[in-house]
Amino acid sequence: MHDSHKFKIPMGPQHPALKEPESFSIALKGEKILGVEIRLGYNHRGIEKACEERSYIQDIYLIERVCGICSHSHSTCFIQAVEEIACLQIPERAKYIRTLIGELERIHSHLLWLGVAGHEIGFDTLLMYTWRDREVVMDLLAELTGNRVNYAINTIGGVRRDVSEQQALDVLKAVDILEERTKYYIGIATTETSIIKRLLGVGVLSHEDALRLDAVGPTARASGVTRDVRRDDPYAAYGSLSFDVITDNHNDVYGRTLVRVKELLESFKIIRQVIKDMPAGPLSVKAPRKIPAGEALSRYEAPRGEDMHYIKSNGTEKPERVKVRAPTLANVQAVKHMLKDRYLADMPIVIAAIDPCFSCTDRLISVDYLDTNRKQIIKWQDLHAYSIAWHRRHGIDFTKLNKETRGAGF
Amino acid sequence: MPQEENIKQELIKKFSCLENRVNITRPRRLFLEVDPADFEKVFVFAKNDLNFSHLISITGLDEQDKLSFMYHLALDSGIVLNIKISVSKENPVIRTVTGYFPGAEIYERELADLFGARIDGLPPGNRYPLTDDWPKDQFPLRKDWKPIV
Repeated sequence: MHDSHKFKIPMGPQHPALKEPESFSIALKGEKILGVEIRLGYNHRGIEKACEERSYIQDIYLIERVCGICSHSHSTCFIQAVEEIACLQIPERAKYIRTLIGELERIHSHLLWLGVAGHEIGFDTLLMYTWRDREVVMDLLAELTGNRVNYAINTIGGVRRDVSEQQALDVLKAVDILEERTKYYIGIATTETSIIKRLLGVGVLSHEDALRLDAVGPTARASGVTRDVRRDDPYAAYGSLSFDVITDNHNDVYGRTLVRVKELLESFKIIRQVIKDMPAGPLSVKAPRKIPAGEALSRYEAPRGEDMHYIKSNGTEKPERVKVRAPTLANVQAVKHMLKDRYLADMPIVIAAIDPCFSCTDRLISVDYLDTNRKQIIKWQDLHAYSIAWHRRHGIDFTKLNKETRGAGF
Repeated sequence: MPQEENIKQELIKKFSCLENRVNITRPRRLFLEVDPADFEKVFVFAKNDLNFSHLISITGLDEQDKLSFMYHLALDSGIVLNIKISVSKENPVIRTVTGYFPGAEIYERELADLFGARIDGLPPGNRYPLTDDWPKDQFPLRKDWKPIV
């Protein structure tokens, strides 16, 4: 890719794990991004329409499949709105169990992200470590709910499974292990010059732009926006728990990394309180099959940011309208802004930094040479390799760090 | 619920047309319905004077002979104001709010694709979420729309 050429690179569009898949058409001059066009919706599955044709109970399981990672986020967000319309007061113990699963989900999601981020910048040892550590939380989720993802713990009026005393001890044991590992990652992120050099100043989103574009979650909090639904609009047990909203003022991918790793520590803090304070009592209250006519709006702080569900009921066993706004849809607008005037080599990490589950599919990228009409096909892997090599030429090389950290801390 | 009640009173004081049309359904939730002609005034007042600086999303609703659109605005303190407007199905035109919230673009495109709303003032761009070859007169989230088997 020579500097004198202008290119247009269509990137995407399929990544089936999300409700909002994306495709980027990137105009380049040499290595610089002139502008980005975003096309969404390639994998729209019509879940909102499907929900109108199914019962509330069936919808819980459908909604849980909006996202493979934030499954508990979506089912809790949906169910809270339904319970509000039906005027159901769910038992305190159920609120704590929902919070526990929600925070374990956040840990698994943030560790997964940290690994993906490591991979995108060529620090694959970090990927191996974090994904191995993530297994600790996946095993725990499987022990508590029977599933690694799509936990099916929620039902209208409460939860479907209890947490035994032994399971509570297992949770605390796992949290101790994960906390030690997280501290090690925070140490790496704040002291390793290669990481700092590679992420600092990349994918900048100023505080004003984060507010203007309505960014959510760690993406917004890394631009100094102190918004967190858990604190601002408390649900489940969050109103009775003490935790900090982590923000950062780096406004870039480095800031987004720090926010996520530090949020892991807050999740451990929350989980310890949940286990300690979880009241005894029933798991659910009886819910009517038909939900009275009404409407409710529910919010939930998913790992990627604010999730919103609006439900309108009509007195039958099926909802009149189910609206879902998942966090990536709110953040995808900001990506366009972050990429402008940046280098193509930063594209993988900038896109990965909003955590859109972008790396779960294989993609082809075709390059149109705008000035010669020549076409070339490159794969995502090639773009990844290009990114690593480009930064190596510019003095950021993870080869040594990969070797040095291998086996560290064991 | 003092803050919610204050917001309700401020809105009614400023716009007499909102008398009896603002409901506080629970702590931190207000729902109000406004005529399309008054919408922009109320919306701008909520954003600028009441500090509802975060547009969460816009929900479309098919309500028999009319289409309704609900704008979900949030305060940093967690209060959500839901402003609803209704227009006829034959001429479902609403004004864009991208001038106030640039992030609203994608939510408005969704209303155009799934409900057939015509968004006045929305600059041309890629559609969302339907495919480019989706028929222009098929709006899947309208109640009378059934999948073609």
